[in-house]
Amino acid sequence: MSTSEFQSQPDRPPPNFQTGWVKWFRDNLFSSPFNTFLTIVAVYLLYLTLPWILQWAIFEADWVGTTREACETTDGQPRYGIGACWVFISVRFNQIIYGFYPPELQWRPNIIAILLIVLLTGLLLKGVKHKQWIGAFTLIGFPIIAGILIHGGLFGLEVVDTDQWGGLMLTLILSWVGIIASLPIGTALALGRRSQMPIVRTCSIVYIEFWRGVPLITVLFMASVMLPLFLPEGTEFDKLIRCFIGIVLFQSAYMAEVVRGGLQAIPKGQYEAADALGLSYWEKMNLIVLPQALKIVIPGIVNTFIALFKDTTLVYIVGLIEMLHILQIAGRDSEWIGFDTEGYVFAALLFWIFCYSMSHYSQSLEKKLHTGHKR
Amino acid sequence: MAETRKAPPSTRPPWHRDPIIRGYIYQVLLILLVIGFGYFIFNNTLHNMEKRNIKTGFSFLNSEAGFGILFSLIEYNASFSYGRTFVVGLLNTILVSTLGIVFATTLGFVMGVSRLSTNWIVAKVAKYYVEIFRNIPLLIQIMFWYSVVVKLPSARNSIAIGDWFFLSNRGFYTPAPVFEEGFGAVTGAMVAAVIVVVFLARWARKKQELTGEQFPVFRVSLAILIFLPGIVFLVSGSPLSWSIPALKGFNFKGGASFIPELMALLIALTVYTGTFIAETVRAGIQAVDHGQSEAAHALGLRQSFTIRLIIMPQALRVIIPPLTSQYLNLTKNSSLATAIGYPDLVAVFAGTTLNQTGQAVEIIAMTMAVYLSLSLTISVFMNWYNKKIALVER
Repeated sequence: MSTSEFQSQPDRPPPNFQTGWVKWFRDNLFSSPFNTFLTIVAVYLLYLTLPWILQWAIFEADWVGTTREACETTDGQPRYGIGACWVFISVRFNQIIYGFYPPELQWRPNIIAILLIVLLTGLLLKGVKHKQWIGAFTLIGFPIIAGILIHGGLFGLEVVDTDQWGGLMLTLILSWVGIIASLPIGTALALGRRSQMPIVRTCSIVYIEFWRGVPLITVLFMASVMLPLFLPEGTEFDKLIRCFIGIVLFQSAYMAEVVRGGLQAIPKGQYEAADALGLSYWEKMNLIVLPQALKIVIPGIVNTFIALFKDTTLVYIVGLIEMLHILQIAGRDSEWIGFDTEGYVFAALLFWIFCYSMSHYSQSLEKKLHTGHKR
Repeated sequence: MAETRKAPPSTRPPWHRDPIIRGYIYQVLLILLVIGFGYFIFNNTLHNMEKRNIKTGFSFLNSEAGFGILFSLIEYNASFSYGRTFVVGLLNTILVSTLGIVFATTLGFVMGVSRLSTNWIVAKVAKYYVEIFRNIPLLIQIMFWYSVVVKLPSARNSIAIGDWFFLSNRGFYTPAPVFEEGFGAVTGAMVAAVIVVVFLARWARKKQELTGEQFPVFRVSLAILIFLPGIVFLVSGSPLSWSIPALKGFNFKGGASFIPELMALLIALTVYTGTFIAETVRAGIQAVDHGQSEAAHALGLRQSFTIRLIIMPQALRVIIPPLTSQYLNLTKNSSLATAIGYPDLVAVFAGTTLNQTGQAVEIIAMTMAVYLSLSLTISVFMNWYNKKIALVER
């Protein structure tokens, strides 16, 4: 009698439709009749739009040249809808970035931009020491240096009036100043809204709800038209400063709501413990509550910054020459008439890059800061 | 031997350190500050306006406007008053906000659900839609679509969809219903049908609660809603015809039209707000615990019932509050219309009317009051709805 050792057969390969791309297709695209239908509709829609977009933006587009002729067919017709005319952008590129800032002085904003990039890298990179000092400098020292260097007037620097500021530079300045000024005001309003004192609370609520209930455009109109009426005779303001005031009034209301969210997220025990230690109101807020609350709302602040960054385009309506306004002026130029679409696409791309990277940063922060509160 | 304890000395601190008294002092100071600031501004404004010979008061609303408006829902021409321009602008704002809310909600729900789809390509399309359009400022989108719309072919070479819809650089033309005499009966029948359906639904629910028997409410209601007005419509001799746009000269006549400005504004508002609504919807659906749908399946509920009876009621609770603020945002954002010349409230009233009369204070105050009350109306309505569907806890 022979004994045979038990030998397991090698596994048979799974059926074809259970492996590789066939399985993936079956699972993800054709799992049910309805899904199959959706896949076909989606592919058809993509087939209709994507090739056309690629053709317009890249393959049929005109990239080189300095005049309108570069973007026309041989018989002098503009090629709307067939190929984009990026020549229009490259001709106006300097204005899109700097506005009407004198070209020989553009090294000044350039230095500021480099400094900003260095500071931000310092803040974002891991392992950099003394981040709180870099942060404080970015929030307080940096705007002062930037103001002096861009505006001039001190240390023998030539003055550049604010009506020459423009383009992407102005967009960045507006949103940076807007967020820095509205943070302390917003924090104060948030504290006021959660205060025990009824009149302080009512004032804060009225302020916050009023500015949150009206569109930014009417606030800017108000700032540019009514502000001169509100102040004593003879006080004259720059248009830019009036816009700043409008933006800060508006933005601080939104900032207050963000900070309030953080204040509400702090467990009641923290407040009570601070009271039990005999801390005064301001000690309690500055040492215990606000450091924790502001840490929680950093992603919210970044999101507010993104919203403000997008909203700065509105100052175009009251006549400041930020990027959109430059593009519109350029589009009305008789030589380049009809190429404004390209301008808007380019502006959209620039804004998209900024906003997308910031919102990703905010999401990663949210994950990183989510310590100790998760159940 | 127990010592007798002395009562502690009075714990009330001196007045300048008593939090209650200090609270009163701060509040009185705040009131004085606010009143003083208000008085300062009020005084300056009066003084400045007198100096610049600006009239005050609302009597300007009755004087003749003298400018035309591109698009109006009510009768208007240059001989009407400034008060009328206010109403025209307000109606145009309400029109674009209402249409925008309807379209953006539809697009947002479709895209939000699509992002969670098991279908890879549908989920990706929805994801890229949200990521792209959320991060581009609305004003750029409005101007982009406007610059595209005005480059459409002229009315003569318009893009026809069937024989009824026409798209050209003059706008989008659709057939419009023309109500003839006797249509009132049909409207009455519609209202009656709705009332019957409401009572039917109540009766069916009560019956199910008492006996457990289900009544096919949906099918019966649909039948009532279609057949009752339908029969009245046929009996009264079809009192409805369609006015179909037709090319006359350089433009279309007849039908209803969406002017290019309205088209561009609507597309941009819908696409932009749709991304935020999509994210809201996605977050709401994801907030419903996975155990809920598993429990529903374990009870033997069909997928459609699981979604309708288990998932959606819970998801809506999370969705409604942020959805409210998106509706508010859309309404406020519709004021960007002024950039492309769609005659909304800001363009007509805070723009042209302000330039002509110079009465900045009254006009800006009226404009802000309108947006504030629109915001309040929407949020009161949504809060009511939110309360209605909120979780009833023991």
